[in-house]
Amino acid sequence: MPANGAPTKITQGSRTRGGIGESTLRPDGTLKVTGEFAYSSDMWHEDMLWGQILRSTVAHAEIVSIDTSEALALPGVYAVMTYDDLPTEVRNYGLEIQDTPVLAHGKVRHHGEPVAIVAADHPETARRAAAKIRVEYRELPVITDEASATAPDAILVHENRDDHHVGHVPHPNVVHRQPIVRGDVAKARERADVIVEGEYTFGMQDQAFLGPESGLAVPEEDGGVHLYIATQWLHSDLRQMAPVLGLPPEKVRMTLAGVGGAFGGREDLSMQIHACLLALRTGKPVKIVYNRFESFFGHVHRHPAKLYYEHGATRDGKLTHLKCRIVLDGGAYASASPAVVGNASSLSVGPYVVDDVDIEAIALYTNNPPCGAMRGFGAVQACFAYEAQMDKLAKELGMDPVEFRRLNAMEQGTLLPTGQRVDSPAPVAELLRRVKAMPMPPERQWESSEGADVRQLPGGLSNTTHGEGVVRGVGYAVGIKNVGFSEGFDDYSTARVRMEVIAGEPVATVHTAMAEVGQGGVTVHAQIARTELGVAQVTIHPADTQVGSAGSTSASRQTYVTGGAVKNACELVREKVLEIGRRRFGSHHPAWATAELLLEGGKVVTDGGEVLADLVDVLGDEAVEVEEEWRHRPTEPFDLRTGQGNGHVQYSFAAHRAVVEVDTELGLVKVVELACAQDVGKALNPLSVIGQIQGGTTQGLGVAVMEEIIVDPKTAKVRNPSFTDYLIPTILDTPTIPVDVLELADDHAPYGLRGIGEAPTLSSTPAVLAAIRNATGLELNRTPVRPEHLTGTA
Amino acid sequence: MRVNFTVNGRPQEADDVWEGESLLYVLRERLGLPGSKNACEQGECGSCTVRLDGVPVCSCLVAAGQVEGREVVTVEGLADHARQRSCSTGSCGTQGTSLDEARGWQAKGTDSRTGEGAGLSPVQQAFIDAGAVQCGFCTPGLLVASDELLERNPNPTDADIREALSGNLCRCTGYEKIMDAVRLAAARQSEGV
Amino acid sequence: MDFLRPASWEEALAAKAEHPTAVPIAGGTDVMVEINFDHRRPEYLLDLNRVGDLYEWEVGEESVRLGASVPYAQIMEHLRAELPGLALASHTVASPQIRNRGGVGGNLGTASPAGDAHPALLAAGAEVEAESAARGTRRIPIDAFYTGVKRNALAPDELIRAVHVKKADGPQQYSKVGTRNAMVIAVCAFGLALHPRTRTVRTGIGSAAPTPVRAKAAEEFLNAALEEGGFWDNGKIVTPSVAKQFADLCAAACNPIDDVRGTASYRRHAVGVMARRTLTWTWESYRGTRRTTEGAA
Repeated sequence: MPANGAPTKITQGSRTRGGIGESTLRPDGTLKVTGEFAYSSDMWHEDMLWGQILRSTVAHAEIVSIDTSEALALPGVYAVMTYDDLPTEVRNYGLEIQDTPVLAHGKVRHHGEPVAIVAADHPETARRAAAKIRVEYRELPVITDEASATAPDAILVHENRDDHHVGHVPHPNVVHRQPIVRGDVAKARERADVIVEGEYTFGMQDQAFLGPESGLAVPEEDGGVHLYIATQWLHSDLRQMAPVLGLPPEKVRMTLAGVGGAFGGREDLSMQIHACLLALRTGKPVKIVYNRFESFFGHVHRHPAKLYYEHGATRDGKLTHLKCRIVLDGGAYASASPAVVGNASSLSVGPYVVDDVDIEAIALYTNNPPCGAMRGFGAVQACFAYEAQMDKLAKELGMDPVEFRRLNAMEQGTLLPTGQRVDSPAPVAELLRRVKAMPMPPERQWESSEGADVRQLPGGLSNTTHGEGVVRGVGYAVGIKNVGFSEGFDDYSTARVRMEVIAGEPVATVHTAMAEVGQGGVTVHAQIARTELGVAQVTIHPADTQVGSAGSTSASRQTYVTGGAVKNACELVREKVLEIGRRRFGSHHPAWATAELLLEGGKVVTDGGEVLADLVDVLGDEAVEVEEEWRHRPTEPFDLRTGQGNGHVQYSFAAHRAVVEVDTELGLVKVVELACAQDVGKALNPLSVIGQIQGGTTQGLGVAVMEEIIVDPKTAKVRNPSFTDYLIPTILDTPTIPVDVLELADDHAPYGLRGIGEAPTLSSTPAVLAAIRNATGLELNRTPVRPEHLTGTA
Repeated sequence: MRVNFTVNGRPQEADDVWEGESLLYVLRERLGLPGSKNACEQGECGSCTVRLDGVPVCSCLVAAGQVEGREVVTVEGLADHARQRSCSTGSCGTQGTSLDEARGWQAKGTDSRTGEGAGLSPVQQAFIDAGAVQCGFCTPGLLVASDELLERNPNPTDADIREALSGNLCRCTGYEKIMDAVRLAAARQSEGV
Repeated sequence: MDFLRPASWEEALAAKAEHPTAVPIAGGTDVMVEINFDHRRPEYLLDLNRVGDLYEWEVGEESVRLGASVPYAQIMEHLRAELPGLALASHTVASPQIRNRGGVGGNLGTASPAGDAHPALLAAGAEVEAESAARGTRRIPIDAFYTGVKRNALAPDELIRAVHVKKADGPQQYSKVGTRNAMVIAVCAFGLALHPRTRTVRTGIGSAAPTPVRAKAAEEFLNAALEEGGFWDNGKIVTPSVAKQFADLCAAACNPIDDVRGTASYRRHAVGVMARRTLTWTWESYRGTRRTTEGAA
């Protein structure tokens, strides 16, 4: 058996249909197209109640009083709870820092913070009751940016911090700070023939998953509770919930309900504790479903950021140094901010070779909405800035922007600013070459014999141009994203695999706690089991907490880590099956003892292809089951002063070419094509891989031209919490997305695979921005770019 | 109030309906038909699309009382709807999703080979085959809209498909596989497969 | 909340007379959003879906009598020749699903400056047919209909039965700026109609003032300029300076605000661009028609 994290030898061939490398179809596909797939908001229970959350109407205030009496008196209301009703002394939760109150305690720190919860027999009764709760606020000044947060006399968003970052931050309103210093920037700067500076702004993006936060909590006879929930990580939820509920972990049972997308927005808790509290209080099942308005307040967003960059380069196009400072707005609670800081700083240089760097990233505490995980996680903001810098440098040097990037591209063996050596393929230059080599989409596709087809023009159906003012632009970008949890985190997963004969056929069952959020992990697990165990039929057990943790469905890690765990468990099962075979049939054929044996096509075969036995006969009545944890190679924390350390386990790279048409007079953009080239190590399911790349690309497009949560700087209140005013791309905004998939194996990873989900979200945004700059000649230092930015009317 | 209407060919009655309830709520919470999805409840995502007297509408914006006496087809009835359409003789039998089948939730294992067959409509099968389903939350609405498009326009251009589906948001796929799925369904339809 | 389900127009008027606070609901595309998001809890909902008259239209000599609930999808499909501006506007409304449900009555009843139909109605020329049980029918000229932000000239006991829209006697155009290429609320919108019979031009501006407005100074300028230059007869290209001045006057007719959808400054700018472009498109079309007519003569 291979040691944890060590490369595993692929011994199983591809003779079993439906194994890895094939585009097998989703096992949940039929349920999803017939409407039978049970999402968390579809849960239904006899006699259930509806939960409702009362949220703060102001961003920063002391709570003077809360009066729930009128709400409680309303017929149909079963419970109203505030901070005072919480059952234990543990009243905060949080991913890393437990700074988030389950219900507001004396103070609210952001617009939409939960203050009270209600359970009633109908959602309308619950809403009316919540509206009858009287909360008196005494408003406080709001902290909304770096200046107001770090002023010497600034109000502290969190008084009495005692978390492990407070010792090294420059101000208590800074969550975490990570510098990275290497080489000698001052000296390197002297070598520079050109120096390019830029100040960039990245807007607050929302995950905008379509399935709203929701779940059903069912009280159990033993005094515990069973929660059916949409989440990214069951065990992380459980770890945060149980102490607040005052229950031992084994009395909080969690089953994954159908998840309508996640993208980082379900890494933190939303309604989990609230539903359980109400269920335990009332003794009845309680369902909570956010509507879209509430969803904008119910989860963290992507950190908006200010990024200050200075690069130098020699006349022959070599980068000399990087000085940069990244300020992330973490909002009122820490969520994943510390880890986002680690990513932003360690990946701020991009996929380029720069030996001399002076980097700093910080996250602020403010009264803005809390920010945390979203696809790309800190690397997205940095990529937007460094790619803009690359274009500026190329222009300054009179070089082709792709050639300039290729000249500075990192490769396998490159030493990163953290001192970590890239020890697997890093085909940055090759991806750029490929994406540039793709055929260009034809010009003026909107022209037809019957005049202009507005659907293919900027403005679309709104009929704003028939070609007037329309200019084409082309832009390129490439990015680097880490895969898996970094900085010394014990990033493991667990898989339980069982093999037995059912109805005369060998069947494997794979049981993990992996949250299937749409990415297709369930498809891949079945493929791995088929490849490793040679069976046709694999059952995917529902994910729950009856098996060990799978870690989070985030950081592009699940195929790597839980896929690795499934592979590992299958290998252990295989060994056991072969042991049984040797015991039962070893005397029948010498190959049992001498040959390398495989399980393929429902049979035990030798590596020479000779069939030794049917699995059905080998197993008989016996069931073989293994549950085992699996880890990738360990990582280390970054040094707090220098940022040095082998912090990441794997890197993922994608490059984009954007072709846009801009109505330069109206400032409207039509993205014509977004071509992508990405190295995926090994495509376990090519259809799913392409789907991930196209989906990630489109989220990057969204934040390039339309997506932004707008927070009023005077009040810190959210101004557009709806799908009317927070716009995500429609099918008419989304172009064709040709994908060129490169498969260069990472020898450290299962099957050589590379985590793929996030990289395409990074480079898509700067590529679109570069194309718009190319079309308009404007500098454009912020994203999303809005019509007023393109028309001088901001 | 009480509301009587037909869903997927079956008469349905909902009692004690609050006057502010939407058709979507009644389908999901009272009739055990949660296939139509509650993604935005403001007509901005299309996930709740159903056919109301044949016309695709956002069921979140139809007041429950407005459907009295009318006919609704949801994703749960899409396969039957497609079957009936293809039955020129009109002799093909039909069965809606029964309440018991649809109501409630049961954790059951997912068989890895259920990606085929199972009496799906052509557009449903095409969505599976083309990889157009990821998280699947937008899928029911997209299926109802796509099915109606192909009923109206059996050979749509890409721009036609994009226009017809421009009221259905998807956050996972980037729409490329959805385009593939509708093209595939159209092609299979024209081949009579 | 009570749900009133009148089966006829008369019953609907009677219900509205009895309950003047009743909120009419037809396509539901405004009212249901407010209910779903808990922004509104009317005492009575007055369902107009069963009032069949509201879904009908009649094409007359001078105008089209368009039932208040005729869905936008039907206007796009069936009234493109008679009401080209409104048909184009209908095509920009929200999504196909919404266009299948929503009608002009809802836009007028809500009277949001962002309603897509308003600029087209203003440009074409229209009258709103309102009726009450007590006082019968009256026709409100569209120019007098919008009285404030989300306010209109209807009395509490009145319902909108139909809109009488002038049939096009020349080319019409409609443009709307949104920050997405489909399913988007107007940042601002512009409608323009050429009326060769009266040798006039009418405009409509959406989402760039507290109410939908016409750019009257711009119309007057253009009417005079076209007359002076004999453009209606000679069919010459409108000179760029005239088009520019027209655009500037349209922009000046705006009184917009900064909001999450766009800046005031952008709205003014965009209305100017749309004014120039729609003038070009309609005038080119007019010249084309003239040539065809002359060629045939």
